[in-house]
Amino acid sequence: MSTRLPQQAGEWIDREQPLRFSFEGREYAAFEGDTITSALWANGEKALGRSFKYHRPRGILSFANHDINVMVTDGVDTNIRGDVVKVRDGMQLHAVNTSGGVKKDRNRYLDAISALLPVGFYYKAFHTPRQLFPFWENIVRKAAGLGIVNFSFPRITKPKLHRFCNLLVVGAGPAGMAAALAAAEAGLQVFLVDENSELGGSLGYDHAAGSESRMLLADYLHRISNQPNITVFREAYAGAYYTDHLVPVVQSSGITKVRAGSVIVASGAFEQPPVFRNNDLPGVMLGSAAQRLIRRYAIRPFEQGVVLTANTYGYRVALDLIAAGVKILAVVDLRAGGESGNLHDQVAAHGIAIHRGSCVYEAKPAADKLSVAAAVICAYDEQTNSADTRNAFEIPCDGIAMSAGWAGASGLLYQAGTKMRYDDSVQQFIPDNLPEGVFAAGKVNGVFDLQARIDDGVRAAHLALRHLGKPAQDIRAPVHTGSSPSHPYPFVPHAKGKNFVDFDEDLSLKDFSNAAQEGFNNIELMKRFTTVGMGPSQGKHSNMNAIRILAKIRGLPVDKVGTTTSRPFFHPTPIGHLAGRSFHPHRQTAMHTWHKNTGAVFTAVGAWLRPAYYQTAGRSKAENIQQEVLAVRHHAGLIDSSTLGKIEICGPDAAVFLERFYTGSFASQPAGHSRYALLLDESGVIVDDGVVARLSPELFYATTSTANAAAVFREMQRWQQIWQLDIGLVNVTGAYAAMNLAGPQAQAILSKLCPLDLCDTGFPVGAVRETQIQGMAVRIIRVAFVANLAYEIHTSASDAQPLWQAITAAGSPLGLRPFGTEAQRLLRLEMGHLIVGHDTDGLTNPYEIGAEWAIKMEKDFFIGKRSLQIIQKKALKKRLVPFMLANPVSSEMPQECNLVIAGNEIAGRITSIAVSPSCSQTIGLAFVAPELGTPGTHFRIRTDSGAMVEAVVMTIPFISAKEES
Amino acid sequence: MPHRLLRFAFSKEHKEPAFFEQPACLKPSYDAVIIGGGGHGLAAAYYLAKDHGMTNIAVLEKGYLGGGNTGRNTTIVRSNYLTPEGVKFYDASVKLFQDLSEDLDINLFYSERGHFTLAHTESAMRTMRWRAEVNKHVGVESCVVGHEEITKACPQLDISCSGKAPIIGALYHAPGSIVRHDAVAWGYARGAKNLGVDIFQSTEVNGIDVKANKVVGVQTSRGYIATNQVLSAVAGFTPRICKMVDLPTPIIIQPLQACVTEPMKPWLDHILVSGSLHVYVSQSSRGELVMGAALDPYEMHSTRSSLEFVEGLSSHILDMFPFLSNVKIVRQWAGMADMTPDFAPIMGKTPIEGFYLDAGWGTWGFKATPISGKSMAATIANDRAPDLIHSFRLSRFEEFELTGEKGAASVGH
Repeated sequence: MSTRLPQQAGEWIDREQPLRFSFEGREYAAFEGDTITSALWANGEKALGRSFKYHRPRGILSFANHDINVMVTDGVDTNIRGDVVKVRDGMQLHAVNTSGGVKKDRNRYLDAISALLPVGFYYKAFHTPRQLFPFWENIVRKAAGLGIVNFSFPRITKPKLHRFCNLLVVGAGPAGMAAALAAAEAGLQVFLVDENSELGGSLGYDHAAGSESRMLLADYLHRISNQPNITVFREAYAGAYYTDHLVPVVQSSGITKVRAGSVIVASGAFEQPPVFRNNDLPGVMLGSAAQRLIRRYAIRPFEQGVVLTANTYGYRVALDLIAAGVKILAVVDLRAGGESGNLHDQVAAHGIAIHRGSCVYEAKPAADKLSVAAAVICAYDEQTNSADTRNAFEIPCDGIAMSAGWAGASGLLYQAGTKMRYDDSVQQFIPDNLPEGVFAAGKVNGVFDLQARIDDGVRAAHLALRHLGKPAQDIRAPVHTGSSPSHPYPFVPHAKGKNFVDFDEDLSLKDFSNAAQEGFNNIELMKRFTTVGMGPSQGKHSNMNAIRILAKIRGLPVDKVGTTTSRPFFHPTPIGHLAGRSFHPHRQTAMHTWHKNTGAVFTAVGAWLRPAYYQTAGRSKAENIQQEVLAVRHHAGLIDSSTLGKIEICGPDAAVFLERFYTGSFASQPAGHSRYALLLDESGVIVDDGVVARLSPELFYATTSTANAAAVFREMQRWQQIWQLDIGLVNVTGAYAAMNLAGPQAQAILSKLCPLDLCDTGFPVGAVRETQIQGMAVRIIRVAFVANLAYEIHTSASDAQPLWQAITAAGSPLGLRPFGTEAQRLLRLEMGHLIVGHDTDGLTNPYEIGAEWAIKMEKDFFIGKRSLQIIQKKALKKRLVPFMLANPVSSEMPQECNLVIAGNEIAGRITSIAVSPSCSQTIGLAFVAPELGTPGTHFRIRTDSGAMVEAVVMTIPFISAKEES
Repeated sequence: MPHRLLRFAFSKEHKEPAFFEQPACLKPSYDAVIIGGGGHGLAAAYYLAKDHGMTNIAVLEKGYLGGGNTGRNTTIVRSNYLTPEGVKFYDASVKLFQDLSEDLDINLFYSERGHFTLAHTESAMRTMRWRAEVNKHVGVESCVVGHEEITKACPQLDISCSGKAPIIGALYHAPGSIVRHDAVAWGYARGAKNLGVDIFQSTEVNGIDVKANKVVGVQTSRGYIATNQVLSAVAGFTPRICKMVDLPTPIIIQPLQACVTEPMKPWLDHILVSGSLHVYVSQSSRGELVMGAALDPYEMHSTRSSLEFVEGLSSHILDMFPFLSNVKIVRQWAGMADMTPDFAPIMGKTPIEGFYLDAGWGTWGFKATPISGKSMAATIANDRAPDLIHSFRLSRFEEFELTGEKGAASVGH
């Protein structure tokens, strides 16, 4: 049975484009532009989904993106909202959260036993005996949740846009459109955002009957489309408000992060359901939902029905329904008094009975229980909020439209920090004190008359103009006159309950009084115990009613009950949208191409990619690493160490700065020399180490570990902020490349390339030289980290690859090989060097690693000195020692972080362990209790499997100079 | 259907007793005053009454019960810490949690799901092994597993993390659980109330009176209380409370954010944590994914949300579960975390006689609710901290005896 009306102006469907789709296995016709819900409703289907807890049939409630009981799956995506998602040709849809389909959902038994499942029931059962809980939990978990996730759903990446405007207007109803136009005409760049596909808000459905308002809307649309200062975002919602007017505008194409100069919230109001028994039956809907069906989709909401109201607006709904061909059998007004303007007379002129001081006591279901079949009407006492059923009568109907009041769509205002107050004249929370640059207009501001909303929009525009320093007028805020658009307490108690307050969570009136009785009688506790407002519609149709109920129970004014905190998002927002394109940047060194062409197998070191080792034909990974190690020991090797942090410290106070920053002494350091640099935090814990080279009296060049490059520079900047010394800091980590030429042949290779005196006296360990190699400027530091003879060569990143190739060419005849991080780890271990962060942890102090020599306690100050003075006096708790396994590994090789066990207690931990290719022993570093630290002491390591392996404390280096040749 | 639900069917009246009843006014004096009506404060009150017979106690809560970090965390309970002291302490908490539903006669939905701390790098694997070895040593069920075992337990996980951070292995901790956080506070509140403790909501502490280095009273928005024992069990406000007694602490406040999706049918059985991707995620009994990330990298005394948090988290959760692109985030929120220099809490006595501290819980306080309550109750009752919390004393900072738990924080800090 089709309920589609004849074609009408302003409808959102394209009748030239029919399409077909299926729902629950049945085929239906629709038009382009139809939503899933409108298409089904046009075909006479009313039970479109099942509720979360009791599996009651549900249809249209708001028809405004909040009908979360009508969520469907197309087999690919799930939790698709039927009320707003457009139907596409060929869609095959099924409702979520049913067992056997909407009409015959096997879980509907839960409704029959709902008395067993009152609010919070799950806190009161299933937990004894403890052993049985997993059984019950499994059942509860399966019953929870809505749609089924499709594990093969593709990852969607939607780029994010960043945009700026003078004014962001949220909501393109009368107030928002008026505000946007007034601001744009005064020269502001305005973004106008609306969640619908057409602008106009309630002008498009509520006031659409009058030709005057239709002309008004047409005029607005014309002016907006011709106003170059306005950018319109359709089918877009303002997801949240973040500090400094940052608002993510969400569309199906992605998120636009809007940073606005000011924001006008003209987001309107959510119509609120009055609460009576079976107010959730399909066919019972909000008045605004009925109007949207009529005006946007040309659908007659039902054939004959009742309008339940408590304001003027309901009478207009009645007239709209009549115009759409609905037989209205009664208008039921909760109010005994209260004006309804001439609309009352217009309704009466149709010969329709108007029952004042009455209520819909209950809606009665049809025989199949899938839709409404009758409304029971009786007298209602507004003072006691009770129904007097003595003269109750029943009206058979297939629809009930409800219009009893509104709640402002004020989520964004709350998030911006607006102080709200409850205004009795409109029975609504409205802004009382707005944050700077944020303004409200229209229904969200408690303004309901059409002209007043337009005026309010213009007023807000002028406030925004003034905020932005533009000429502006003082416009007085409209004052609400006449009766309240919202009823203060639209609740009809019923002994049998099922009068729903929260449709997401299936909470009825009694659940709230029960919660209060159990002590959950403030709004936050009530929310958490009942879960009101925690469903996907986020309480847009339930929070206000919950507050009213609690106010009534506690005998407090609504203001005193307060509201729960409104948090992002204003509307549930897809993870894919928020993720955007998900950048995971990698850094490559200047020699990356060479490494790649030479068979490097890369490893990620922070953001950097470094060669772990170089693959050569026919060799295993271990063999390659071993060959690299042996090349360095017996000939020479070259490693790309560009990832080291590199910082230049210059200026008259440069030495003073370093004296304070690092533990060592730099004031006396001569130019042309480098020193070990150890960095502590204020508690004396080792943070980083590196080398500081003095290039000239006022220029130092410091290296840091790869991992801490950014952090050390940040710390330098932070301390410089505090110390205010006369220095400059330049992070040249990316600008410079570095490579380490190591091994007995290193000197011979380097001597082919540069004219420096390289003998031990001319260029001793620790010396720094600036020179040129084949015309490329280099800084060379003689170091001894991986081998006794090694040169760290720094050059600009642009010269790095040619330099690398020059060294390789010069070294190849002498047995030079490139080596990677794997070989480096072994080489430094053979030398007995620790790596900060690898062999130290978040509490290691310098004494525990035997680094007293690097600390100049005689300095007045360095970071961590005060703490070291205290630590010095305390007994050592652990000590990092070199060790060798006492016997060759037979079965299970100990792993790094296996524990050292003495007696039955933890006495330490292995921090590094490896089989040394040079000395063919298993060597390592370990933290051990001080009494185990003397060379020659044996200790035991517990392996993963629990086996004990014996080790002996050694001295370093593990290899001697004679092994290098 | 359990028989306990039948009573609802046979009675028209809802005869459930109240969880909380607030006395009309404060008594002029109490034996002890507990500042903070979150899980920790309420648990301390409960165990003071139950274990030590001290019932003349007031719990003062500025807002509503469980409204601070008790109601803002991601409800994970685990004991796979790094230091032996930490592991023992949290293990005691896990054991109390396991029986807590029965003890308090409220179903806390304590659900053992198994907890994977994913390692994407060799260095993360080393830390996992360290934790596993210490855990095993203390008798806590933890082990290092390879990626095959992770895939077996959670086949939906993209083990390569979209090729960006392939998972090598994990620390698996079978006792890792989730629990209804609010209900923990409610259960303790009811238990304490039933034993005679007075609980006051909407009651702010404005000052603590100290004479001759001894606590003598508390000024509140409801009036003055004479008392010689005060426990500060707040989060995000510890420095402010301590300022009332001129006690410096090394605590700084940083925001920690979390978010939750729309409900879906259960599919994620385990709790997954990735330090590299800054994500922890579990699926609640309602079907929502509950997700958190690293601390915000700045000091701030506010519970505002930020877009960067939810953008970063979304990106990383898709690396793990690409099919969640169209699943929607419903809500995000923030809590204020008391951060200590060594990432371990501060519990026990202070230099001010009668002023006790339960603080510095950073991002890991909820899981310690029962044991911190029990330990603080013992501390107050005996004016001596039990050995179990000796490593967490305030004086460790000046003594340079830190308890390094940084490596066991679930995600980066």
